[in-house]
Amino acid sequence: MLSFNSLKKNLKKNFSGLKKIKIALLSDSASQLLNTAIKGYGHEVGVDFEIYEADYNQIDLQVFDPSSELYSFNPDFIFINSSSEWLLKNFYKTEAHAQSQFANELLQTARKYYDTIAARLQSKVIINTFPEINDSVFGNYAAKVNSSFIYQLRKANVQLMELSQQTNGLFICDLAGLQAELGRQFVFDPKMYVNADMVYALEFLPYIGKHLTDIVLSITGTFKKCLVLDLDNTMWGGIIGDDGMEGIQVGDLGVGKAFTELQQWAKQLKQRGIILAVCSKNTEDIAKEPFLSHPDMVLKMDHIAVFVANWETKVDNLRYIQSVLNIGFDSMVFVDDNAFEREMVKSAIPEITVPELPEDPAEYLPYLRSLNLFETASFTEEDQERTKQYQEEAQRNVLLQTFETESDFLASLDMVSDTKPFDEFSVPRVAQLTQRSNQFNLRTIRYTEEDIKRIAADPNYRTISLTLEDRFGSHGLIGIVIMKDGGNKTLFIDSWIMSCRVLKRGMEQFTLNAIMEIAAKGGFEKVTGEYLPTKKNGIVKDHYANLGFESADGKWVAHVAGYEKRATFITNKNK
Amino acid sequence: MAADTIAQVNKIFIDVLDNEDIVLDPTTSAKDIDEWDSLNHIQLIVAIEKHFKIRFNSSEINGWKNVGEMCAAIEKRLEQ
Repeated sequence: MLSFNSLKKNLKKNFSGLKKIKIALLSDSASQLLNTAIKGYGHEVGVDFEIYEADYNQIDLQVFDPSSELYSFNPDFIFINSSSEWLLKNFYKTEAHAQSQFANELLQTARKYYDTIAARLQSKVIINTFPEINDSVFGNYAAKVNSSFIYQLRKANVQLMELSQQTNGLFICDLAGLQAELGRQFVFDPKMYVNADMVYALEFLPYIGKHLTDIVLSITGTFKKCLVLDLDNTMWGGIIGDDGMEGIQVGDLGVGKAFTELQQWAKQLKQRGIILAVCSKNTEDIAKEPFLSHPDMVLKMDHIAVFVANWETKVDNLRYIQSVLNIGFDSMVFVDDNAFEREMVKSAIPEITVPELPEDPAEYLPYLRSLNLFETASFTEEDQERTKQYQEEAQRNVLLQTFETESDFLASLDMVSDTKPFDEFSVPRVAQLTQRSNQFNLRTIRYTEEDIKRIAADPNYRTISLTLEDRFGSHGLIGIVIMKDGGNKTLFIDSWIMSCRVLKRGMEQFTLNAIMEIAAKGGFEKVTGEYLPTKKNGIVKDHYANLGFESADGKWVAHVAGYEKRATFITNKNK
Repeated sequence: MAADTIAQVNKIFIDVLDNEDIVLDPTTSAKDIDEWDSLNHIQLIVAIEKHFKIRFNSSEINGWKNVGEMCAAIEKRLEQ
């Protein structure tokens, strides 16, 4: 982790051109140094945090006074930082008979903070779990006493996590988890607490800065999607080409355990929706053998979305994996034990995250976990299906090569789309698409689940969600359109987003037909759209021109009267 | 007081306060250096503890009148 001092030095660097994000910092203890750490860490990852820091111990005042600076600042995020030291102080002030209700009271307060803020602002709220302090009043017996401090603290942590599960706009920065990893000695310096009211040791502040930033970035759409794994001495000990199936180390014995546990972790990530890929310098058949028939291998072929083993450079192979998956390099993590390969990849493709793996395989997993590489802002059932979808895509690519014309190919796919307005089932996925899609995204406006619910219920809006199925399987919900009544019988396309998995299927034309039908039914005369360029959405630069829209004042217009339905090979399931 | 201690402390001040012009002598106090405020004092303490691999106690860190007393405290800890 970077030192506090190096983060502080970042404050003198140039922030121009960095992504701007507004954060309000409300703290029950002195927070100037935390402010510095957050701002400095932001520079490390290309974010210009504009921070409003409330005065010491003003959380109530800021939240409950509608004319407070918090509300006029109107931040994107609010970090309410509550310390265990204050928690303990308040606990001791609580009458003995009420101490058993302490955690419940705390939950009510957290809920009230959130509800009050949510009623006035769109900001996401981040609170923290409490790092544990055992006040040793009851010794180990505290576990058996529901009015002991440690019991109430742990209960509060669990209840705050549960609250965040029920509340879409509320997120948790898990300081308790960080203390478990780093140790109380590292997190807390009694001398600084006594002298300067610092509830966190100086060198703990960069960790808070990082984790807070990880959360903020994942919510604003920057996070990892794919883990690319080297094989020899990374997934197993030894070299499969030299040592053979019996010689490689994997399984419960000796150092094999380190590799097995790393594989188990990768499998859990896959279940969460991270795409796994293999990139290895090997002969393909030999490299696949352990996946097919080694009894101790946790990872199997069907866990791997793209398997690349050959004698090309890793740089070329990573480019190939990126193009097959159609994701940004900045959403990929590459794990390789070989420092030379890592350097080559880093210098050729700086956007890829390449962890500096420790030399000892026993350290691989603890080290990778400590990096918090896979922060996410959502988790849906579709995430778990992703690997299958990428594998199906590979099969379609093979089929495509056997057809004379693209139309023949498309017709053979038997494509069906479920096309309908947003409903309670589609809300999480719709929000996720607005947050995650960077390429086929005309205006790149990010919406939360709550935003989407509000839009779905607003009569000024029209919405479409589209799924796609074909004879190889289901792509799930892959397209959304949000349209707003723009007055003058004009329907404005606020958002048009599609998953890049379904490009070149005629889905754009099919979606346009659906848009025009809604416009016609609603009595609109014109549909207008807009392209807002970002670094990543160049593929839709000519989207509206390609669909026959006319250019007018920086926007694009299509007329409802005389619209000719576009031909596609997709059937609408609801007709 | 060893000249070496104050030289090392000087380097720490330059790094933490991000000011190349700082030249410490035993009589230098917080009044003489603009950046040496209470927040930076905390960082100086942490950096000195880390550099010399020592730990101060809470009563001494706000008690030094000048750099000379600070260095004396460092050396006392180093002897222990």
